[in-house]
Amino acid sequence: MPAPKPESWIQITDRGFHVAPGGFYVDPTRPVDYAVVTHGHADHARPDHGHVLATPETLAIMRHRYQDRAGRVHDPMRTGESRTIGEVTVRFVPAGHVLGSAQAVLEYRGSRVVVSGDYKRRSDPTCQAFEPVACDAFVTEATFGLPVFRHPDAAGEIRRLLAAREQFPERAILVGSYALGKAQRLISLIRAEGYDRPIYLHGALMGLCELYRELGIDLGPLARATGQNKKTLAGEIVLAPPAALNDRWARRLPEPLPTMASGWMRVRQRARQRGVELPLVISDHADWDELTQTLHDVGAPQVWVTHGSEEALCHWATQQGFRARALAVVGWGEEDADPEDSSAQEETAQTGQPGDRAHRAPGG
Amino acid sequence: MERFAELLDRLVFTSSRNAKLRLMGAYFRTVGDPDRGHALAALTGVLEFKEAKPGQIRGLVQARVDPVLFEWSYDYVGDLAETTALIWPAKPGANRKPEITQVVETLAETKRAHVPDLIARWLDALEPTERWALLKLITGGLRVGVSERLAKTALSEAFATDLAEIEEVWHGLSPPYRELFAWLEGRQGRPEIDTRAAFRPLMLANPLEDHELDQLDVENYRAEWKWDGIRVQLVAGGGVQRIFSRTGEEITGTFPEIADAMTFDAVLDGELLVVRQGVVASFNDLQQRLNRKTVTKELLRDYPAHVRLYDILFESAEDLRGLTFDDRRARLQAFLERTRPARMDASQLLPAAGMDDLKQLREEARRRGIEGLMLKRKDSTYVAGRPKGPWFKWKRDPLTLDAVLMYAQRGHGKRSSYFSDYTFGTWRPVTERASEEAANKSEVNGWELVPVGKAYFGFTDQELRQLDKWVRDHTVERYGPVRAVDPQLVLEVAFDAVHPSNRHKSGVAMRFPRVSRIRWDKPASEADTLENLEKLVER
Repeated sequence: MPAPKPESWIQITDRGFHVAPGGFYVDPTRPVDYAVVTHGHADHARPDHGHVLATPETLAIMRHRYQDRAGRVHDPMRTGESRTIGEVTVRFVPAGHVLGSAQAVLEYRGSRVVVSGDYKRRSDPTCQAFEPVACDAFVTEATFGLPVFRHPDAAGEIRRLLAAREQFPERAILVGSYALGKAQRLISLIRAEGYDRPIYLHGALMGLCELYRELGIDLGPLARATGQNKKTLAGEIVLAPPAALNDRWARRLPEPLPTMASGWMRVRQRARQRGVELPLVISDHADWDELTQTLHDVGAPQVWVTHGSEEALCHWATQQGFRARALAVVGWGEEDADPEDSSAQEETAQTGQPGDRAHRAPGG
Repeated sequence: MERFAELLDRLVFTSSRNAKLRLMGAYFRTVGDPDRGHALAALTGVLEFKEAKPGQIRGLVQARVDPVLFEWSYDYVGDLAETTALIWPAKPGANRKPEITQVVETLAETKRAHVPDLIARWLDALEPTERWALLKLITGGLRVGVSERLAKTALSEAFATDLAEIEEVWHGLSPPYRELFAWLEGRQGRPEIDTRAAFRPLMLANPLEDHELDQLDVENYRAEWKWDGIRVQLVAGGGVQRIFSRTGEEITGTFPEIADAMTFDAVLDGELLVVRQGVVASFNDLQQRLNRKTVTKELLRDYPAHVRLYDILFESAEDLRGLTFDDRRARLQAFLERTRPARMDASQLLPAAGMDDLKQLREEARRRGIEGLMLKRKDSTYVAGRPKGPWFKWKRDPLTLDAVLMYAQRGHGKRSSYFSDYTFGTWRPVTERASEEAANKSEVNGWELVPVGKAYFGFTDQELRQLDKWVRDHTVERYGPVRAVDPQLVLEVAFDAVHPSNRHKSGVAMRFPRVSRIRWDKPASEADTLENLEKLVER
């Protein structure tokens, strides 16, 4: 008997990615009875599910974030292990995105589909590296699915940050970064350059950094930025959520030099909208070269593109001989889309800045 | 190219003047000749070579990448140079990375037809940020917010040398400025240049404060109108004609008709204006002529430039700056009668016997659409800078208007956490067309607000904190760094004048608007109408 076609046993419903013969969803966007969760970012790991199958690290992150709403049954499964749910076998393989992130390898009657979640191919001391798995259909993100997104070497970006710190010793170097994954990776990268001074944190970043430590990731000396004497923060590195970069919170810092670590920083207009003085192009998502390389490495005849610049990656994949299609999973990619993007459009329209063309997020 | 690209990349995101000075200073101190000299030329806009056209760049990149992906990427990024820099397929180790000197020198000697090929080979060799810098450089638009003056100030600070000294030699030097850097680094003496063609720092006036009025010994001062144009220094002689702005930037190319009229051998100080049939046009008209690289025939015809002269600094080689104001004025009159240059006249001294006359003249300024009065001590010598006492400017009282706060925008640098730039509006009756434009949120009982200006100073730090809080508490919509607010707060706005303008939705443009008072007490419905503002237009 020939293996069933991937599209025959997987559907996209209003709750997300549904695996019918297993009776479960992968990264469902609404509460469901049985969820397989690839990683802890809020657009993939949502509260109020019944049974949650995820890596122990992802479950710990969900408990930290959602507490008593983190799901009724927590079912930990390490990468490399597998489980049979209904007629479907699920195996986790590292995705290289953030601590605990895993690809879900799904097998049903000889047909194999890999849901990669979010991923990157570069080294990251805070999580296990991505492993390509041969399959019949590969489900990929496309957050940075345009050929203008090519992330430079992260260590080089960190050296720019440290150089700016030396050049402006009277200022606090304020780095905007997401609380889960990015902040901890940045700290590790900074440590890898031999920087051993305390790194100061906005309160919103403290909890997850503590959790990373408990899970065995060494981040060196950390301190709370709030409540410090203003002068003591001169020449220090301070991490805060992006929204705090140019807002009232930052007034406690001495002449803050606002920087932000994100793949979006590759585009100058984005950095400018954020009021960023030193954009650092560091991302936990695959860039264009990583995306296209991964499609070749995995070699799946079918490619399903979920969120980001679906049409651009589909266009490329089709030209390369893959059967590619965009899967519209409403709700994936929310955490990593530039949050000020839609408003930036309106702002441009209103002020009519010369030289600006429409600023459209990839994929709308 | 690496260091130059890093400098541009940092400058483009840096708004603080001090930080810019530090970044440039570090570059000039640590990069060698001749690269730093060419970079200095690029920053100050004096590099000249065959510029590449955007169409050529587009052609190069489209030949190398999928056209569909290129178009989507360009849509997303919004800037051709940047899109090209990012999307260009890397060819590591393809060629040797060019330094800025090589770029400048090779472009100067390459035939136009070979330029695209050359650029492609450079792009192959460079990293994305370096490609961006190269493309900005060769398409002639750095736009990193550095003026000639700021670059010179960076040199002055980096090498602990008096800015005035650098200014005096600046216009006698050319890229890559080897002798300038040698002097700044103390390796050789100050460059010998023909100082006759140089800029001399200007003498400036202090504002006359109300409490100083009584102490002023009026009989020792001469009065003239304070013309509202841009202050210029005209330097001519030995076949050279140069027009400098107040800060020593050369703007000769922007006003060719003035340069043509400078057939004399002298250094003059005056105000550049647009004058038609002897009538001074508004500053708005003059603005049509500013900051333009090419001057069209239409501009020359519609906005004819004129210089109203205040002073004479040199006549031939004779330095007149040590003479008294009265003596220099006599020399200026005699000089003009003898040379009769086109497009120039002397600013007339106004008869004033005492303070009462001066006050009356100042009142008259408003009627005549003039900014105010200049008072200059009759025995004052011409001294660079802004000495206290010899010269005063006495502006007429500002106009004021009660307007409603509509939008607030985040400031820059130190003010980036504050909503510190305020767009305000006045009322006008809703027209039929406007009401068809669906939901006009500011419409109240048949009246709507129309934005008339933007102010970002005039308030104290404490008032700024209050305004910032008010904006956050009354935000109704967010557009990136801009907030639309509930139109409830009245600002008393002071401004020097208002002119008709077809660039503004309201049809008028204010000059120097600032917040003079926050009217916490006044209901928005009692703010001024657009019609009230239009009545203040001087025609």
